[in-house]
Amino acid sequence: MKIAKKIAAVLAASLIFTALLSGFMVPAAPALNAPAEVDLTPRDDYDWMRLSEEGITLNVYNWGEYISDGTDGESLDVNAAFEALTGIKVNYTTFDTNESLYAKLKSGGANYDVIIPSDYMIGKMINEDMLAPLNFANIPNFEFIGAEYRGLDYDKNDAYSVPYTWGYVGIIYNTTMVDDVVDSWEILWSEKYKNNILMFDNSRDAFAIASKKLGLSLNPTTAGEIDAAAHELMNQKDVVQGYVMDQIFDKMEGGEAALAPYYAGDAITMIEENPDLAFAVPKEGTNFFVDAACVPAGSKNQEAAEMYINFLCEPGVSLENTLYIGYSTPNTEAEEMLPDDWKNDPIAYPDAEVLANTETFNVLPDELNAHMDKAWSDMRGGNASGNGWIIPVALGAAIVIVVLVVVLGKKRKKRNSY
Amino acid sequence: MVGKILKRVYVVLLFSFLYMPIAVLIAFSFNESKSRSNFTGFTLDWYAKLFRNEAVLSALLLSLVLALVAAAIATVLGTMAAVGISRMKRGPRTLIMNLSYIPIVNPEIITGVSLMLLFVVIKNLLGFLGPVADNIIGLPSLLIAHVTFNLPYVLFMVAPKLRAMDKNLYDAALDLGCNERQAFFKVVLPEIMPAVFSAFLICLTYSIDDFTISYFTAGNLQTLPIAIYSMTRKKVSPEINALSAIMFVAILAIILIANYREAAGERKKQKAAARARA
Repeated sequence: MKIAKKIAAVLAASLIFTALLSGFMVPAAPALNAPAEVDLTPRDDYDWMRLSEEGITLNVYNWGEYISDGTDGESLDVNAAFEALTGIKVNYTTFDTNESLYAKLKSGGANYDVIIPSDYMIGKMINEDMLAPLNFANIPNFEFIGAEYRGLDYDKNDAYSVPYTWGYVGIIYNTTMVDDVVDSWEILWSEKYKNNILMFDNSRDAFAIASKKLGLSLNPTTAGEIDAAAHELMNQKDVVQGYVMDQIFDKMEGGEAALAPYYAGDAITMIEENPDLAFAVPKEGTNFFVDAACVPAGSKNQEAAEMYINFLCEPGVSLENTLYIGYSTPNTEAEEMLPDDWKNDPIAYPDAEVLANTETFNVLPDELNAHMDKAWSDMRGGNASGNGWIIPVALGAAIVIVVLVVVLGKKRKKRNSY
Repeated sequence: MVGKILKRVYVVLLFSFLYMPIAVLIAFSFNESKSRSNFTGFTLDWYAKLFRNEAVLSALLLSLVLALVAAAIATVLGTMAAVGISRMKRGPRTLIMNLSYIPIVNPEIITGVSLMLLFVVIKNLLGFLGPVADNIIGLPSLLIAHVTFNLPYVLFMVAPKLRAMDKNLYDAALDLGCNERQAFFKVVLPEIMPAVFSAFLICLTYSIDDFTISYFTAGNLQTLPIAIYSMTRKKVSPEINALSAIMFVAILAIILIANYREAAGERKKQKAAARARA
């Protein structure tokens, strides 16, 4: 039976493939192997093994590419190290935006024990009782978190979140293509660089830039402020080459665009690839953001989750993560241990006066959020009257097709019956 | 003459559109830097990193196992359904076939969201069972979802083959002393096997490919497409190029070997036939 043999062959091939891959996955380093000069020993006044006998699997949900995973063979595989240290198994998965994380949690379609959203999303989740208050007795390493990163607006009493990384937004530009001084958001509206300007393809970041350009807060309090910013964005549309997110890396590294707003940590990565690039913080001020670890309400493994968060705050672990991600660390001990060229990099650790002129995103009231979403899609779609016509037109088209099919079918039947 | 040149150009263009993206993707899996626009030098580092990246590898493992199991279950169930449906009266048969057609034309996002809502409801209904209920969303829901969207494809590949088959073959088998089970396995199944096999392969492909439905039903698991999608904030790593290159080569190899063996088998048969005649 030839075909049966073929099926067997395909099955066998896939099974071998799978087996090979799982074979490759086994040798996760049991000990903390890290750059020799860095001390990675976790603190010894903490009982890491106390939950090892309970067979816990901890579900961790983090941004994609947002943890040191040891793939270069030298750096620390944070999750494997945690498993080896505590005997708790980590099921590590990743998300792409705060909004998809929120949707997933809200729908009840998944249980997580540790999540790492950004500031404004943490505020929103606290308001909606979606986060569990943390027991800081299990997170003694919170002491390493710098004072600047405590008590921020989204979690005033530091009850729900432990900062993981921070950063701010600035303008990355190509020095061979831009001959003006870059010190203001105005330059992203400049006719001179028409079709060489990239812009965020996400409403909150884009509106923040327009608001700052107008001298407004990036947390609008009235619909009028949103309309003013939307008007600015509409004016900018003509000079913008494209609204993009991660394509900014390729476009800027490849010299396909002159100016783009983006996150400081990623600017460092781009400058490493293309030394013609430079980074500037506009004088009008900018957005300062924090991504922080939280435990969702309803987590069945809260103590293990707090243990994981405590592990993330180990200076050595935070250092490894910082080196991998490229964003800045709120962990003062880890910052001390960074190589000098990182520590002194004005992009990663800017002067206090730069940071003084920044704002974090706060939770917007629902009606302002909806107003911003609508203004954004109108601006992007270029259709001020809205898209309300789409559904009736689509339904109409469907009816026409059905009628056509029925009529044509009848005709054919008639012809066949002759 | 001009027509011939035009035909050639058309074919070359067509195949470039199909294969250039894959060629570029594979080329950049050997790029030294992470950039997708500048080729700075040759390296095999991304392959080495891929084999150490447990997050991507476990997502791949899940995708492969899930696709194999879901395709196997869907093929068996779908074939059984097709045999049953083929013996129905005309009216009910048309009704059932059309009902199974709707999930195929229905946008995936609707299938995904509705399955997720269903699983959440089931989970809440079974809440009294404790931890068992929580485990429904995860591997079980993912598997059920994949079998669900695979089933209609099996039905639509196997049913026409059954209809094209000579009905008398089955009766002849019964006449010649087979019981019904034997007649099915010795006569009907071999006859429709090519369609069953294609259905299995199609299911495998759709399962490995699927993003939308998995995204809503995976709970806290992660298949390969979901893992790749979540890298878009920080930039998709060239490790994914390396993985795609490996998968492309593996599939190409399977196709080539299968074709070669088939051709060799044909030749052997022809030779044997020629010898028999001589």
